[in-house]
Amino acid sequence: MTGDRKIGLQPEPFIFELSAPGRVGYSLPPLDVPDCELAECLPAASLRSVPPALPEVSELDVIRHFTRLSRVQHGVDVGFYPLGSCTMKYNPKVNEEAASLPGLAGVHPYFPEEIVQGALAILYHMERYLCEIGGVSRVSLQPAAGAHGEMAGLLMFRAYHEDRGEHRTRILIPDSAHGTNPASAVVCGYETVEVPSDSRGGVDIEALRGAMGPDVAGLMLTNPNTLGLFDENMHRIAAIVHEAGGLLYYDGANANATMGIARPGDTGFDVVHFNLHKTFATPHGGGGPGSGPIGAVEKLAPYLPTPLADFDGRRYRLVWDRPQSIGRVKAFYGNFLVVVKAYAYIRTMGGEGLVRVSEDAVLSANYLMRKLAEHFHVPYDRLCKHEFVASGSWQKERHNVRTFDIAKRLLDYGFHPPTVYFPLIVPECLMVEPTETESLQTLDAFAQAMADIADEAAADPEVVRTAPHTTPVKRLDEALASRKPIVRWQRGL
Amino acid sequence: MGFQHRYLPHTDEDRQVMLEALGLRSVGELFADVPDAVRFRGKLDIPPAMSELELMRHLAGLTRGNGNVDEYTCFRGAGAYDHFIPSAVKHITGRAEFYTAYTPYQPEVSQAVLQSIFEYQTLICELTGMDVANASMYDGATAAAEAAIISSYALSGRRRVVVSSALHPEYRETLRTYARGPKLEVVEVPYEEGVTPVDRLQRMVDEETACVIVQQPNFFGCIEDMAALGEVARAAGAHFVACVDPVSLGIMKPPGEYGADFVVGEGQGLGVPLGFGGPYLGFFAATSRLIRRMPGRIAGVTVDAEGTRGFVLTLQTREQHIRREKATSNICSNEALCALAATVHLCILGKQGIREVAEHSLKKAHYAQRGLAEAGYRPRFAAPFFKEFAVRSPVAVERVNQSLLADKIVGGAELGRWYPELADSLLIAVTEKRTRQDIDRLISRMEGSR
Amino acid sequence: MTYPAGYRYTKTHEWVAVEGKSGKVGLTNYAQTQLGDITFVELPQVGKQLKQGQIFGVVESVKAASDSYTPVSGRVKAVNGRLESEPDLINRDPHGEGWIFELELSNPAELASLMDVAAYARFAAEAEEGAKG
Repeated sequence: MTGDRKIGLQPEPFIFELSAPGRVGYSLPPLDVPDCELAECLPAASLRSVPPALPEVSELDVIRHFTRLSRVQHGVDVGFYPLGSCTMKYNPKVNEEAASLPGLAGVHPYFPEEIVQGALAILYHMERYLCEIGGVSRVSLQPAAGAHGEMAGLLMFRAYHEDRGEHRTRILIPDSAHGTNPASAVVCGYETVEVPSDSRGGVDIEALRGAMGPDVAGLMLTNPNTLGLFDENMHRIAAIVHEAGGLLYYDGANANATMGIARPGDTGFDVVHFNLHKTFATPHGGGGPGSGPIGAVEKLAPYLPTPLADFDGRRYRLVWDRPQSIGRVKAFYGNFLVVVKAYAYIRTMGGEGLVRVSEDAVLSANYLMRKLAEHFHVPYDRLCKHEFVASGSWQKERHNVRTFDIAKRLLDYGFHPPTVYFPLIVPECLMVEPTETESLQTLDAFAQAMADIADEAAADPEVVRTAPHTTPVKRLDEALASRKPIVRWQRGL
Repeated sequence: MGFQHRYLPHTDEDRQVMLEALGLRSVGELFADVPDAVRFRGKLDIPPAMSELELMRHLAGLTRGNGNVDEYTCFRGAGAYDHFIPSAVKHITGRAEFYTAYTPYQPEVSQAVLQSIFEYQTLICELTGMDVANASMYDGATAAAEAAIISSYALSGRRRVVVSSALHPEYRETLRTYARGPKLEVVEVPYEEGVTPVDRLQRMVDEETACVIVQQPNFFGCIEDMAALGEVARAAGAHFVACVDPVSLGIMKPPGEYGADFVVGEGQGLGVPLGFGGPYLGFFAATSRLIRRMPGRIAGVTVDAEGTRGFVLTLQTREQHIRREKATSNICSNEALCALAATVHLCILGKQGIREVAEHSLKKAHYAQRGLAEAGYRPRFAAPFFKEFAVRSPVAVERVNQSLLADKIVGGAELGRWYPELADSLLIAVTEKRTRQDIDRLISRMEGSR
Repeated sequence: MTYPAGYRYTKTHEWVAVEGKSGKVGLTNYAQTQLGDITFVELPQVGKQLKQGQIFGVVESVKAASDSYTPVSGRVKAVNGRLESEPDLINRDPHGEGWIFELELSNPAELASLMDVAAYARFAAEAEEGAKG
C-alpha cells in the first residue's frame, strides 16, 4: 500500500493538463518560399494578438491520452449493443479500408468530372441499389443523417403541394414516432398532429381517418414501428392518406427488418429515407457521421435535392438542372465516404444476403423477446420484427426497481443496455434490437443477464438500484451538469 | 440453404433451435403479419455477394482512374482544402472503441467519447474566442443555416437573414433550403471588390433582421472588415454570424474578439480527408448567453456517485428527443468522428503548429499570387487574402485548367460556375503542403497556356 | 402529498398565493415530482403583462422540458432570482422558497376559476394514479 494514494484506474487527465510550454507533437517541412512579415500580408486589425491556447504535447502524449480513454469506451467491437432503433450491427473492417483508398479519400469535391469517374460511379450505382431496395424511382445521397433526410423529404412534400396550388399545413405523426419526426415537421414549417396507436400497437385507423383532411400534407411513419411491429394495415393507411390528397413519408430507421420482404415504395410510401449507418452497417462513430439518403417515387422525384449522378452509357456526370428541386441541403454531394462503406456492404451481402440479413434480424429479435418474456412484461404479445419492447413495470411495481436501474445494472454484466424510456407510450420501456450479426451464444448470454437482474431485483434490489458497480465511473449526476453547465476546460477545473 | 455469410453467425442449426423455441416451422412464418398486398414478391436486383478479396479488387479497379491529391498537385480549395493530416489522427479515429460507439447516452461506458467531445468543445472555444461550442454539425453549410434559424427564434419577430454574396455559394443555397420551412427571407449583399461593403450592408439591415452572415476569409479568400460588419448587425440588434476557416485562426483574430454571437464553419481542414466532399465537420460556437439556444449535443462535466469527475451529455432538453415538436433544430446524428479527428489534429499541432500551418499557407499563397501576377494572371481583387486568391486569366479558364490537368495539376476553381461576372477568373488555393517547386510549376505551366 | 390551504391551483399544476393585490406563483409538489430533478427555470421578465393561461416560461429537468402557465392575469412584479443558481429549490420547497414570480393581479375575479386545496388534492391524486399507467 502507498498510504492514501488511490491505486488503480484514475480518471484520465484533460489533454490540456499534459501540456508543457514549448513541447511539440507536429513537424512541417521548413518554409521554402521567401519569408515575410504577417503584417505585410494582412491588415493589423485582422491578426490575433494572443495565440490560441492549444495544448503543447508530444505525439506520444496525444496517442496515449486517447488510447487510454478508449479503454473505458463501449462499442460494437467491444460487446453486445442492443439499442432499439439504432441497428448496432457489426461494422465490417474491409469497409473502413475501402473508404480510405486514396482514390476515394483523397478526391477533392471540385475535381473535374473526367478524373472522378470512379467516385461518380459509386454514387450512381449506390442510387440504383437503394432504388431497388426501397422500391423508389430516384434517390439523392446528399442528406447527412436520418433527420436531415426527414427535413429534405418534408420540404419535398411542401414543394409538391405548392406546385398543385394546395396549402397544407399539418403533418400526422403516430405517438410511437422517433423524436426527430415531430422536430423535422416543425423545422419544415408544419404543425404536427399526433395519431394514437391501437391496442395492437399499429396506427389507429379510425383516428387516422378522423385526422385526415384537406389541410394535411402527409403522414410520417416508421414501419415496422418503434414497437418493432409491422403495421398490418399498411395498405389501408396508405389508401386513407392518399385519398385525402396527402403523402406518405417513410422513416427508414427500421428498414433492417424488411429488405427484400416489403419495399416502402411498393407499400404506398412516396418519400423514404435510408439510414446507411443503421441498415447498411456503417459505423456510428460515437454519434456520427451517418448518411441519410432520400428516395422518392416518380411523382416526387423531381423535388429531390440536387445534384444527382447520371450515366449516359459512357460517362458519369453530376446533374444540377432539375428546376423543381428543393435545392441542396448541405455542401457537396453528401457524406460520400459513408456511402462508400455502405456500397461495400451491399456488394458484400448481395441481394440474397440482404434478405437473409432481415430474416436473421427478425428471427433473433423474436427469439430474444420470447426469452425475456419469462421475466419481463412484454406489452405487445405478437410477432415482432427486428426489435421489440419489453417493460420494467413488474420490477417497478413489485420491487421499486426502475428500468433506469436495470439498464445501469446491465453495464455490470458487460452489455450495453437497450434503448430505455422510448417509445413514450410504453411505461418503463426497454426497446431491444439484437441485429443479425449477434450469435446465438450472445443472445443467450444477454437473456441470462436479464434473467439474473430480474432475480436480483427481487432478492437484492439495492444492488440494482445503485448500479453500475464495475464501470470506470459510477452513476453520474446529470442534474448537476445541467444546473451548472461546465462545457469547456479552464485552468483549475 | 447452405448460405453461410461471414457477417451472419447463425447456422442452419441455430436457426432451427430458435424457430423451435418460438414454435415455428419456418422463417417465413415470422413475416405472417406482412399483408400480401404489400409484400415484395420479386428478387432484389442487386449483384451477388462478393468475397472480401473480390470486393477490394473491384474497388481498386473502380478507383484506379480517380485523381487524388497524392497523384495530382492540388490548387483547388473553395471550401475543401488539402491540408496535411498527421498519421496520429488516423490511428486514433481508427480505434474501434471510438468509431463503433453510438451516441454516448450511457455515460458510464462512454467516457472516452464524452471526454473527447468536451476537449473538442474547448479547442473550438479557444480557436474562436467563444464561450461554448457544440459537439458538431453536419458541415459548414448547415452550421451557418442553423445559426440563421436560431437567430430568428432567439430574436422573435425578426425573419430576415442578410448574407454576404461572398459567403460560399453552396452555403447560401443550403441556407435558402433551410429557410423554406420557417419562411425566412434571405437577402444577399453583393460583394464589391471581393469583399462585403459595409455601407451597403448598413442599408439592408434593420429591425426585422435576425442575423448577418459573413465569411472570414470569404469565399474569394479575401479578408473582410469583420469589426465594422459586426457593428452594423449589432447596431440593429441583429446577431452577427461569423463563418470562419479554422486554420486561419492560427494567426487571425478570433471572432469572439469582434463580437460575433455565433461562430460557425467548415472544420474539414483540421484532419478530415477530402473524401469527395464528405463527411466533413460543421463547428458551431456561441456566446454563453445563447447556450440554451444551441442546436445539437453538448458534453459537460459532472461527478459520479462517489464524487469522481465524469462527463455526460448535458442541457439535453434543447434537443429533439425531448422537445419533439417544440424543438428548434431536428439534428440527431452529428459528425462526432470527424470532431475526434479535429481534436487529435489540433492537439498534435498544438499552439505552435496551428500558427505555423496558417503562416506557411499564407506565405506560400502570397508567393504564388506574386508569381502568377508576373506571369500575366493579375489579381482579381485588391483586398488582402489568406491562403486563397482569385486571378483574372488572359485566356479561357477551361483551357488553362485543361492543360494543367495534362501535367497532373488541378488548377484553381473556375469562378464563373457560381459568379457569371467572374467567368474569366480562377480561385487558387495554396496550403502548407504545396512546395515551392509545385508552385513554380503551376506558374510556369499557366504562363505557358497564354 | 399535501398542499397548502389558501392557495389556488390550476389543472396544469401551478399554484398562486394571493395577498392583497399581488400573488406569488409556483409549481405544485405534484408537478415537481413528475419533472424530477429541476435544472433550469426560465423566468418571465419583470414588467411583462401575462394573461391567464399564457405560457410564462419553461421549467426543465434532466429529461423533460415543460411549459408553465400563468394562473391569473397580471403584471410581473418580481421574480425569484435564487432559481437561477438553485433551480432545485422547486424540488426542495415547491410551495415556499421555490416560488417563481410574483404578479400584480389585473383581474382577481379569475381566481374563482381555479381549484381550492381540496379539489386540487383530489385532482393531483387522480393524475398520479393515471401516471402509473
